[in-house]
Amino acid sequence: MKSTIILINLIAVIGLLLSLRYDRAKTKVAMKIAVKSLVRLLPMLMVIVLIIGWLMALVPPAAIDAFIGEKSGAGSVVVVALFGSALHIPSIISFPLAASILQRGASIAAVAAFITSLTMIGMVTLPLEINELGKTLALLRNGLSFLFAIIIAFIIGALL
Amino acid sequence: MVLGLVIGLTILLSVIFPERKDILFQTSWRFFLEMIAILPAIMILVGFFSVWVSKDLVMKYLGRQSGWKGGALAILFGALPTGPLYVAFPIAAALKAKGASVANIVIFLTAWACIKIPQEMVEWQFLGFKFMLLRLALTIVAAFLMGAIIEFILTKKMER
Repeated sequence: MKSTIILINLIAVIGLLLSLRYDRAKTKVAMKIAVKSLVRLLPMLMVIVLIIGWLMALVPPAAIDAFIGEKSGAGSVVVVALFGSALHIPSIISFPLAASILQRGASIAAVAAFITSLTMIGMVTLPLEINELGKTLALLRNGLSFLFAIIIAFIIGALL
Repeated sequence: MVLGLVIGLTILLSVIFPERKDILFQTSWRFFLEMIAILPAIMILVGFFSVWVSKDLVMKYLGRQSGWKGGALAILFGALPTGPLYVAFPIAAALKAKGASVANIVIFLTAWACIKIPQEMVEWQFLGFKFMLLRLALTIVAAFLMGAIIEFILTKKMER
């Protein structure tokens, strides 16, 4: 993540310098848009940051491991998907976590459901998504992602 | 309002679970720092995008008429950057405002969520090549399907 952070900021700075060189007025407009968007997003982001803190404090990875690890069977795939939707874990952590869950005996389908729902669905970030993209799109995307997460999980379970 | 509620609940939680309090604040703070590290840069880039990239360009490559190629491009755009999904929301909103099709937005978001080259390498390492490949292929299919479905629904909604 660190390198990405440096990279993105670098690109932003380079972009800023280039933009200033070519068109000062446009740059000003761009910066205004940037600041306005940031301010608009801030409250929502604060909420998300705090909720993520709750999640991490109340549901430590060890608990996730124990909870999902013992599940198998069709019903559990849905439960796991629900679980994954609600969580918010950096993806770098999610793969080793998924691997250890697998070792603990979870079905491959459950693990697949976990990863797909974890990454594609964001219950915690939903308010922000609704704000940015509209209620219909946000709800549909998350809802369909949930459905497909389960479908994908079953297919993977069947094939592997 | 919502923020106030969440802050209130956070304080409540830290009182009820004093032993978890540190994890809560530490995690939140860490996430906050991560966010602050990239979000301003992203917002600046979004600002530039709004000002410098023409609507025609976006519509040509990512608009409704772009077909399969637009979808493929959307996947590429989503897969390249790193960062949590919620960073993608304002970017997606900017793309949408410039005329990218709903389908491509959905594909972009799905790709951002769980199709990233470095991530896939970690997935390969921890869960096996077959798993990674299968999930990748199925997710791409799901992305296109979801894109089509959501675009269809949203179009119908607008026609009403």
